[in-house]
Amino acid sequence: MDSVEYTRKTRRTEFFGINLLRLVTLITVLPVIGVIVFIMVRGAPAVSWEFLSQMPRDGMRAGGIFPAIIGTFYLTLGTAIFSVPLGVAAGIYIAEYAPDNRLTRLIRIAIINLAGIPSVVYGLFGLGLFVLFLRLGTSIFAASLTLSIMTLPVIISTTEEALRAVPNAFRVVSTSLGGTRWQTTWRITLPQAMPGVITGIILGLERAAGETAPILFTGAAFFLPRLPGSPLDATMALPYHIFVISTSVPGMPLQIQYGTVLVLLFFVLGMNLIATLIRNRARARRQW
Amino acid sequence: MLNNPRQRISESLITALIRLAGYSSILFVGLILIFLAREGFPALNDMPLVDLFGSRWYPIDKYFGVLPLITGSILVTVGAILIAIPFGVGTAVFLSEFAPLWLKNLLKPIIEILAGLPSVVLGFLGIQIVAPFFRRFLDLPTGLTAFTGAVLLALISIPTIVSIAEDALNTVPPSYRQGALALGATGWQTVWGVTVPAARSGLLTAVMLGIGRSIGETMAVMMVTGNAPILPTGLNALFLPARTMTATIASEMGEVATGSPHYHVLFFIGIILFVISLIVNVAASSFTLRSRKRAERLLS
Repeated sequence: MDSVEYTRKTRRTEFFGINLLRLVTLITVLPVIGVIVFIMVRGAPAVSWEFLSQMPRDGMRAGGIFPAIIGTFYLTLGTAIFSVPLGVAAGIYIAEYAPDNRLTRLIRIAIINLAGIPSVVYGLFGLGLFVLFLRLGTSIFAASLTLSIMTLPVIISTTEEALRAVPNAFRVVSTSLGGTRWQTTWRITLPQAMPGVITGIILGLERAAGETAPILFTGAAFFLPRLPGSPLDATMALPYHIFVISTSVPGMPLQIQYGTVLVLLFFVLGMNLIATLIRNRARARRQW
Repeated sequence: MLNNPRQRISESLITALIRLAGYSSILFVGLILIFLAREGFPALNDMPLVDLFGSRWYPIDKYFGVLPLITGSILVTVGAILIAIPFGVGTAVFLSEFAPLWLKNLLKPIIEILAGLPSVVLGFLGIQIVAPFFRRFLDLPTGLTAFTGAVLLALISIPTIVSIAEDALNTVPPSYRQGALALGATGWQTVWGVTVPAARSGLLTAVMLGIGRSIGETMAVMMVTGNAPILPTGLNALFLPARTMTATIASEMGEVATGSPHYHVLFFIGIILFVISLIVNVAASSFTLRSRKRAERLLS
């Protein structure tokens, strides 16, 4: 093969190759935009103040989705109460306290494992431990605990990452001034890492808010005529409600289905947006 | 400075609490294992092993063969991964090696949005759009097939693959690329001849975690695969309804009596899923570890 032909062939490969990658990326990204726009267009006509604030009527075929919205809010709040303090503390331990030994490696493997366990297996675990063994019943309490353990690895690893990104000079100075490890962490390192930690918390809770499988047998109710009165009551929730009305209710008006999906999407993407904004602002402001 | 004893006590108390929180992950993995085993292993007493791994899942007549469910999961996951690898790795290569910065900053958040979409939303769209489309396009009796599930699963595992593959490509030292380019290689040749091979263990991790994500995914798969626990007989099984392990647990656990054989078998399937995710994740993290060691050797 002479060199002119070789060059031509190489150029052609280069041209087709890069354009192929462009196409592949486009095919990956376009459906996401399509999905969001499509749901907004189809769902928006259903969403009104009544839809957001009223109880369902006619076997959920009319009226609003208020109990599902409030249920998802309760579950997310409950998950935050358990998973945030525990997850942040665990992240602090691994980033600031843990020695480099076998036990720490075991903790890391445990976290990796927690992150990989299928969500429906968390549901089984929650049923076995919280619902049956601890006799919490199918309740907001049991479902929140289940979701918390599922959310933990996200919060732990983002906390750890955020703390590790803080330059060591901060710790050295604080320690040289007589600060203890906790004083250094609480007053110096953690505040510096806060935007990263909060971003991680929001992303973890976002996932919990959208999950269905872990709450299927631990706290979600098909339909409730009234709002949950205590943490030991079961609750409706947006993701499960979407599953129910799109698979198990015959004659369900499509508009209500799209409307419900839009509300969940708003909830989840809103959290995503807030997390992104916090991260970008912190990046712009950071002085180190 | 800790001069007074009260401060010293609170310091050591807080340290103890933080350490406890750090250990909690091990505790939770242990608890999950214990409670799955406690409810799942009795299945081995309820029926002989041959029946448990039999080829017929028909709980009403007491047939609890999990084989069709395992093959269903494999079928859907293999389909998903075959779709997700070219698109996931291709997107990662484009973003990390060819895309200008502004485009990268535009596209990455979109992929993060995909990662944040609840699977029940994708399942809903699967029922409304994807399944009817495939039914008409491929002329099938129903659109609720393993293939439809595989397409949705691909979409779900792509963000995982993209983000980890991109990280892997980014950790390849720039000097590798510079060396290749200085020797006269084109951008395309550099990527496939140097950068991608150098990042291969990270890419393998990405694919492994993508597989883990697919096998464990529940809601989307349950909503679009048609829920038929049939043992696949040929390649056409991809275009027939199927049933995965996760979907079986999710759809049947609500209706079983606590402590019945059916209940125990569903937990037993949970154990199988737990073990699979354990293997996948440990394997994935060992790939990264090995690559880091090799990189250290090369660079030192």
